[in-house]
Amino acid sequence: MPTDNRPLSPHLQIYRPQWTSGLSICHRLAGVVNTIGSLLVIYWLVSLASGPAAFERAQAILGSWPGLFVLFFFSLALFYHLCNGVRHLFWDAGKGFELDTAWRSGQAAVAGAVGLTVIVWIVALTTGGGG
Amino acid sequence: MNLRTPVKEARGLGSAKGGTHHWLMQRVSAIALLLLVLWFAFSIAINAGGGYEAARAWIASPITAGAVILLLAAAFYHAQLGLQVVLEDYVGNKAVQLAAVIAVKFLAVILALTGILAVLSIAFGG
Repeated sequence: MPTDNRPLSPHLQIYRPQWTSGLSICHRLAGVVNTIGSLLVIYWLVSLASGPAAFERAQAILGSWPGLFVLFFFSLALFYHLCNGVRHLFWDAGKGFELDTAWRSGQAAVAGAVGLTVIVWIVALTTGGGG
Repeated sequence: MNLRTPVKEARGLGSAKGGTHHWLMQRVSAIALLLLVLWFAFSIAINAGGGYEAARAWIASPITAGAVILLLAAAFYHAQLGLQVVLEDYVGNKAVQLAAVIAVKFLAVILALTGILAVLSIAFGG
């Protein structure tokens, strides 16, 4: 069955960038970032299982400024993917497709992600976590 | 003249009733992760800074250990489903795509297992 010459739908660069399409790309991007970030969770757990010296080294790396910077963006990507994922679940249920609803639920997802990120870092830094 | 029925022609080419499984499992794991990730993010923010002994005691408690194991299983399951779609969308070369998808699935199992074994060794290692 020849499939090479079938017409293709217009590709991404044909469309005008929009708030909703931008958020959609960010969702996918955040999913990939979360996969990479989860390696840090594995690293932390393995170092905790490996003994005090390995754990202190992991804490020093993750608690350094570059470490905290990476963790901050990991947490932001994690919460964005989580909040926007809830938006996707509503779409899967057939709700929220109206243009203004989709626009505003996107704003809510971004606000939720930023809010959760700020709160979790306030919790981490005030309880002495930091990592 | 083709005497085969349309069903016979379609068999083996289509979804064979499994077409929605990937989609559905992505949603089911997402719902599990919704709770597990929120719990883990705030728990580790509270518990990570208390030093080695405190961190071990936190992970070793049965509820934490159980929830972290569920988190790792659900997270890497969800991750490999998502990365599979990304690779299928962007990698044009079918052979490279297949190899990449298989590599992602192997890596997901290895990483999840590594994390789970770390948790278990902490939980049972005293």
